[in-house]
Amino acid sequence: MTELRRPVESGVPDSKQFMHPALVRNYGKWTHHDRPRPGVLRHVAESGEAVFTVKAGTQRQLDVFTIRRLCDIADAFCDGHIRFTVRSSVEFMTTDESKVPALIQRLEDEGFPVGGTGNSVGFISHTQGWLHCDIPGTDASGVVKALMDELVDEFKSEEMPNRVKITTSCCQINCGGQGDIAINVQHTKPPVINHALVAGVCERPAVIARCPVAAIRPALVDGKPSLEVDEKKCVCCGACYPPCPPMQINDPVHSKIAIWVGGKHSSTRSKPMFHKLVAAGLPNNAPRWPEVAEVVKKILSVYKNDARAWERMGEWIERIGWPRFFELTELPFTKYHVDNWRGGRANLNASAHLHF
Amino acid sequence: MSKKMPPTPMLDQLESGPWPSFVTGLKRLAEVEGKAHSGIMKSLLGQLEHSYQTRKGYWKGGTVGVFGYGAGVIPRFSEVADQYPESSEFHTLRIMPAPGFFYDTKTLRQMCDIWEEHGSGLIALHGQSGDIMFQGCRTEQVQAAWDKINEMGFDMGGAGAGVRTAASCVGPARCEQACYDTLSAHRAIINDFTDDIHRPSLPYKMKFKFSGCANDCANATQRADVAILGTWKDDMQVDQAEVQAKVKQLGRKEFINQVIRMCPTQALGLNDDDTLDVDNKSCVRCMHCINVCTKALKPGKEKGICILVGGKRTLKIGDLMGTVVVPFMKLETEEDYEKLVQLAHDMLDFFADNALEHERTGEMIERIGLVNYLDALGLDLDVNMINQPRTNSYIRTDGWEEEARKWAERKTNNAAE
Ligand code: HEM
Ligand code: SF4
Ligand code: SF4
Ligand code: SF4
Ligand code: SF4
Repeated sequence: MTELRRPVESGVPDSKQFMHPALVRNYGKWTHHDRPRPGVLRHVAESGEAVFTVKAGTQRQLDVFTIRRLCDIADAFCDGHIRFTVRSSVEFMTTDESKVPALIQRLEDEGFPVGGTGNSVGFISHTQGWLHCDIPGTDASGVVKALMDELVDEFKSEEMPNRVKITTSCCQINCGGQGDIAINVQHTKPPVINHALVAGVCERPAVIARCPVAAIRPALVDGKPSLEVDEKKCVCCGACYPPCPPMQINDPVHSKIAIWVGGKHSSTRSKPMFHKLVAAGLPNNAPRWPEVAEVVKKILSVYKNDARAWERMGEWIERIGWPRFFELTELPFTKYHVDNWRGGRANLNASAHLHF
Repeated sequence: MSKKMPPTPMLDQLESGPWPSFVTGLKRLAEVEGKAHSGIMKSLLGQLEHSYQTRKGYWKGGTVGVFGYGAGVIPRFSEVADQYPESSEFHTLRIMPAPGFFYDTKTLRQMCDIWEEHGSGLIALHGQSGDIMFQGCRTEQVQAAWDKINEMGFDMGGAGAGVRTAASCVGPARCEQACYDTLSAHRAIINDFTDDIHRPSLPYKMKFKFSGCANDCANATQRADVAILGTWKDDMQVDQAEVQAKVKQLGRKEFINQVIRMCPTQALGLNDDDTLDVDNKSCVRCMHCINVCTKALKPGKEKGICILVGGKRTLKIGDLMGTVVVPFMKLETEEDYEKLVQLAHDMLDFFADNALEHERTGEMIERIGLVNYLDALGLDLDVNMINQPRTNSYIRTDGWEEEARKWAERKTNNAAE
């Protein structure tokens, strides 16, 4: 056997070796930026030099052929430099303004929509789903592809009141994070336990400790050590599944999709906000999830029409009030919207501030 | 002889429409003759179609790693390997990219070549934590693929109960709003923790994220145990002539609507001559007016960072926002960086010693109280850490005089500085 190679624990590499030379030259010396058109940014440095960035959407799960095509474009227009964004869009930078129209044309011709800057609907951030995760209630890349097909015009234009960040998560644990609209799988039935396997593969104390509502207890089933779930307490979060796969939470019929709105990370204007539940029970309808698209598009169109310039979705709803939100979106308001989790009273109305 | 393409009637429906389709990419990888990935991808397409038909996932975990490391490879074994044997092992290598996700095409092409030879040909740029995810590798190819990636100068990212891969905004590389060097801070902190990334031994995960200003483009506030955000202390910089130009461009009414009225603390007013009146004492550095008036307004000159600790998503006690623990710290000199790295270390050590199994930093702070956390880290108390003082009266205040004296002393010391 050949000897094993010791890894070089090099850590995170230095970005400057990969950056477009104009960015290295003007590092930390930018004075301002503007957006000549949707999908294009112009950053101007103290030296007077301007860098144009053209931003395009990708499918995130990239095959090597697509990456090589993006590289060809970067070689042809950007001296071989390329950058990706936190939300898996791709950015091409050049100092030569005259190249911008051809670059946009090339990207569009090759099927990469140009946009996602300014007040548009950005690319949907997503997790792994059926392609690779071990507890997904749905696919991720597929949901996002289907939705972006519907929202591509809002990606390519800048007609929203403010940026709209959409996230998806394939379970309630919500790796996808906060979003102006968050589309998350919601399990609606407690885990189904395969008792024959529990003793062999589950570290039972760890599973019991993982449950947020202490619904899991040790039990003897058919003379073998196993677990049982108090189904009245269970919130169907799925947290028991990773340490104990025989506690199957995914269900092809009862795992539904829920929609949450108004989350934001930034401290811009208002403080950061969590997203809030507005719709649930939508079917996990692969391959195009039309019921989800319908609700998302409805919420977006109401926001687009009604919000003031620069109001993020959560800020707009705070101004108009939740009664008006439910009225405008025509979504039903149910007992499930009323928070009864830890600290939930903070979400109730303790005032005579009423909207009619 | 190559295996046949599996029928994929549901996935095929994801090939239409204007957005780029990952299915088309998968098919392309499957259809190429004579490459290792073609068999893997045909099999994977079969399994994925099966998931679409049955609305269930079929991956389970296991243990696969590389020599010398205890994390970074995410093992995936198929539960339907009898039907789709060639993708029965489909592991992911999480690799840390350069801060800000910058590449040159030589590097990307080299990565593609490696992954074409040893893996499935499918790469996610990037995972939600920021890793380059080389997805789909057979167990016996993992070490060989890793060796080549490592030889290129890239290192394995985090997984499990350790320090995770960090993320940073584009920062000073291309943003005039950056109040500190997000890319350097990212490298300084994370490269000091390689051991805690590669050999996880914490109670649970620990994430750092770096955003250059309150716009928080790296989504740090709610997605990192330690969020480092840029801010400033002195007055914002105003170019009044550019303000007047912006008023002219938008019109008075729209300028008032879009800038003045949207300031969260009513720190702005429009003067009669269309210049801007800024009450800097009321400004909370939220970035809104600067975002709208990119030419006219800028952060101040005394720049630095603010640190929030404890943000996380749902599991286990529900979502938690990060809390300010350091309202302002300069980050310019080498000593400033050393101080920050030391603080990150202290945060990690305290977490390692005091968090319960599977508890995140935010949950630990909720359990022990912010004041105890500050005490342990030797951080000064600051009024910026709270939204409002306590409202609940169940508290013993017998140390009041002593605490008031400490506060007065600190005020005098700060004034003397
Ligand atoms: C057991 C199955 C799980 C799988 C397969 C999984 C998979 C993933 C993947 C692929 C990512 C992106 C990683 C990257 O970018 O490098 C991710 C991110 C994340 N995961 Fe998981 N995850 C699992 C369980 C969990 C659990 C139990 C939690 C929480 C308790 C969790 C919380 C998160 C969060 C918050 C992120 C986003 C990180 C960020 O962007 O800051 N995951 N997960
Ligand atoms: S959201 Fe849930 S299912 Fe999706 S990657 Fe995260 S833990 Fe896995
Ligand atoms: S699904 Fe969640 S709430 Fe239900 S038993 Fe499992 S861990 Fe507990
Ligand atoms: S967080 Fe601030 S500094 Fe960083 S890229 Fe966004 S706007 Fe620029
Ligand atoms: S930065 Fe924000 S708080 Fe400060 S003046 Fe501008 S809008 Fe107001």
